[in-house]
Amino acid sequence: MHFDLNQLSLALPEILLLSMACVVLIADLFVTERSRGATYILAQITLVAVFLMVLATAIDKPQLAFSHTFIRDGLGDLLKLFVLGIGFMVFLYSKDYLKSRDVCFGEFHVLALFGILGMMILISANNLLTIYLGLELLSLCLYAMVALQRDSILASESAIKYFILGAIASGMLLYGMSMIYGMTGSLDLTVINQNVVQHKTDMVLIFGLVFVMVGVAFKLGAVPFHMWVPDVYQGSPTAVTLFLGTAPKIAAFAMLMRLLVYGLMGLYAEWRDILIVLAVASMAIGNIVAISQTNIKRMLAYSTISHVGFLILGVLSGTAAGFASAMFYTLTYAVMALGAFGMIILLSRFGYEAEHIDSFKGLNQRSSWFAFVMLVLMFSLAGVPPFIGFWAKLNVLMALVSVNLTWLAIVAVVFSIIGAFYYLRIIKLMYFDTAQDSQSLECHTGMRVAMSLNGLAILLLGFKPDLLLALCLQVVPG
Amino acid sequence: MLDNYLLSLLIWLPIVGGMLVLATGGDKNSSEARVLALVISLVILILSVLLYHKFTLGTAQMQFVEHHAWFKLGSLQAFYYLGVDGISLPLIMLTAFITVIVVIAGWEVIQYKTAQYMAAFLFMEGLMIGVFCALDAALFYVFWEAMLIPMFIVIGMWGGARRVYATIKFFLYTFFGSVFMLVALLYLAFHIGSFDILQMHAAKIGMTAQLWIFIAFLLAFAVKVPMWPVHTWLPDAHVEAPTGGSVVLAAIMLKLGAYGFLRFSLPITPDASHTLAGLMILLSLIAVVYIGFVALVQQDMKKLIAYSSISHMGFVTLGFFIIWSIAANQGNYTGAVMGIEGAIVQMVSHGFISGAMFLCVGVMYDRMHSRMIKDYGGVVNTMPSFAAFAVLFAMANAGLPGTSGFVGEFMVILSSFKANFWFAFLAATTLILGAGYTLWMVKRVIFGAVANDNVAKLTDINRREFFFLGLLAIMVLAFGLYPAPLLNVMDASVSNLVEHVIHSKLIPGG
Repeated sequence: MHFDLNQLSLALPEILLLSMACVVLIADLFVTERSRGATYILAQITLVAVFLMVLATAIDKPQLAFSHTFIRDGLGDLLKLFVLGIGFMVFLYSKDYLKSRDVCFGEFHVLALFGILGMMILISANNLLTIYLGLELLSLCLYAMVALQRDSILASESAIKYFILGAIASGMLLYGMSMIYGMTGSLDLTVINQNVVQHKTDMVLIFGLVFVMVGVAFKLGAVPFHMWVPDVYQGSPTAVTLFLGTAPKIAAFAMLMRLLVYGLMGLYAEWRDILIVLAVASMAIGNIVAISQTNIKRMLAYSTISHVGFLILGVLSGTAAGFASAMFYTLTYAVMALGAFGMIILLSRFGYEAEHIDSFKGLNQRSSWFAFVMLVLMFSLAGVPPFIGFWAKLNVLMALVSVNLTWLAIVAVVFSIIGAFYYLRIIKLMYFDTAQDSQSLECHTGMRVAMSLNGLAILLLGFKPDLLLALCLQVVPG
Repeated sequence: MLDNYLLSLLIWLPIVGGMLVLATGGDKNSSEARVLALVISLVILILSVLLYHKFTLGTAQMQFVEHHAWFKLGSLQAFYYLGVDGISLPLIMLTAFITVIVVIAGWEVIQYKTAQYMAAFLFMEGLMIGVFCALDAALFYVFWEAMLIPMFIVIGMWGGARRVYATIKFFLYTFFGSVFMLVALLYLAFHIGSFDILQMHAAKIGMTAQLWIFIAFLLAFAVKVPMWPVHTWLPDAHVEAPTGGSVVLAAIMLKLGAYGFLRFSLPITPDASHTLAGLMILLSLIAVVYIGFVALVQQDMKKLIAYSSISHMGFVTLGFFIIWSIAANQGNYTGAVMGIEGAIVQMVSHGFISGAMFLCVGVMYDRMHSRMIKDYGGVVNTMPSFAAFAVLFAMANAGLPGTSGFVGEFMVILSSFKANFWFAFLAATTLILGAGYTLWMVKRVIFGAVANDNVAKLTDINRREFFFLGLLAIMVLAFGLYPAPLLNVMDASVSNLVEHVIHSKLIPGG
């Protein structure tokens, strides 16, 4: 194997993250109960350092490393920056939650760091095996994180469910990869992309594609592979749901892009149709089932499913603008989901989990500012202008209209109308009902500031939506 | 100097002002919130008068244009593009005027979260003016949809018993219509390579595409106007909304739908509008006649006025869609221009009259906490000055000559005679029906002997109530006796519009 020190520099952020995660792991053994904060600070420093490292080592042109198994490009860098940023916010939001609830504090941070490492590897994968490696590293951390609250029956159940279903999906993915390998003779996505065209009509390759897509759809949580999403979201401690519902979506999007666009673009006509079915089913099931949920985490889980349907729409348009719109959608969705789950943590306190939607009742009377932030989040998720969620939807619709899939755009907007209902219900609870819970909100200043910034970002980005979109357009493959 | 950003001021000053009002905090500081809201809304009113003063008559050109690059969506550039013409100017002034009235009307009535109430109306004012000014489709859509948010909150927070049902119905109904318009706008923008509404006017579009686009626009605008049969959200929203909400809803929000027809449907898809004009006329006449009968049997005053609004808005859409028949019968545009001008006069006048009627109901509701006709009777005995206003506005609603309600209706009926006798005949029944339901309500509520003890205990309107009802009465009479300024403002723009709309824009052979 050809080895060059230069190539190491491309993976420096990952290497730094791995070393620091090990340091945090060991350091956590020695910190006492009283100085738990040290682990937190160390983990945050790690994320900031890796973030800066990604920025510092960013390069203009895509470069391959380690026998073409690893790719460093603009797409990867932008996604990584978001994953790290969101990781930082997740730690910030969940600090007090974890401290007060005796959920293994150190383990949460270590597992999350390793999970982020898995995501970064997945984002930078240029080889089927690298994809699998990253995916498994991420998934194993997530399984363990879901089970962190080991005395909770609900958490254990959802962890087992997640693990078993996840293992099956990984199996499917591997099986599909083996078929693709068999037909194209390579694990390298670039080579696969060159060879795939000549085997286009081959049944085995199509089977391989289908199995691979099952794996991807499972990770994204697209219907009909969505069964785990509501249970896992509901069963996990909210801090874990917060992590699970945000950053891994970005990684799953990267996986979708790497596999289908970088690897199997030659089969566009085939995977487009599969994606149409997945997207429409996800939007339908996600939006309709969310209406009947009374647990806010479960409701947001179904909402995630519907948003996944929307982002798939962007990818299936098959144009650079479409990929950019899907990427923009994923990133903005992650920021919105971060705010929404963060709000649940904000409303919870020791001995009281704000999981029922009724916990939002009369929030406007308790704190009109945070009610407003949640209002922004909900309208943004529903896709109402001027918030950023509207522009995300608009871009996707535009991509569809540009490739003459106007009918699909109409289907998408119809489901958005249905979806608007359950977001409106949260606003109704906050503004139109009287509070059951008159206690003031308990949270540290950092969380208040971060939550406010989160809401303001969604509002202000809506006035200049092309800031992020231009970046997305720059980095997607044309 | 000021001309270059007058429209921006009109849009953003209320929004920034709304934030300042919110910043006054909780209900301890509600008097500061009220005063601040009043000052801001008065400043906007003054600015809108300034806009009128500086407006050049006799041209159909967009004036006070602001054109800045906003953002790029893929290959499409969206602009922050504002401008007014003779069609939007009266509506902007109406918005500014009505907001002042609403702020005054909510002065003592709203005690719960006053700052949020006032701020919501200021936000709404800015967004609605934005809709009337926007000349870029993306910008238009943002204002159009964003406006729903404050209204949703207003109905839901300060509304009546079934407010949650009403406000969610309102939101989903309008959201439903609008998203199809969004898809149509995207399709258009993609095909002509621009979000510019004026370029959309000029674009040549094939018949099939026009029909689809027209239907998508229709879904959005018909819900907003509202036209039969998608009107059912309006009575619910009106009944449950607080007085201020009802006033803004009836006086301005309904006009947005009609404005949409003028700015989008007619000029962008003239041939589809022509083809479907028969259907539109039919729907308008159903609204005028059938909804008029529905209004007749209402027990709830607010519901009655809501149905009366739908019926009157039927006139507006009738005026828009008879222009081809008139042009065909007459061979020139003058009759058609009068139809549309009548419709716009009707829009403005209905803004004053319906707003005033809702305020009248609000005045009584604040005292009696009932909107039911049967709970009243003989109000004139205890509230004489109020009764004078109420009767005036009722007469205006019935289309009495000398009030603004007469001018618009008369112009539309007159021009529909030139289109078809039966259109005019059916439309004219509204004069009878309108008089019927309005005056019958007045008879049962205002006149007669004092019905019960509650009515006997009523106190007459105070100075604040006298002030805003008086202002509205002046407007109703002024436009009824001398509508010329209004007609002069819009004349050039409407003539230009009619000329544009009547010429087919089909690609030859396409």
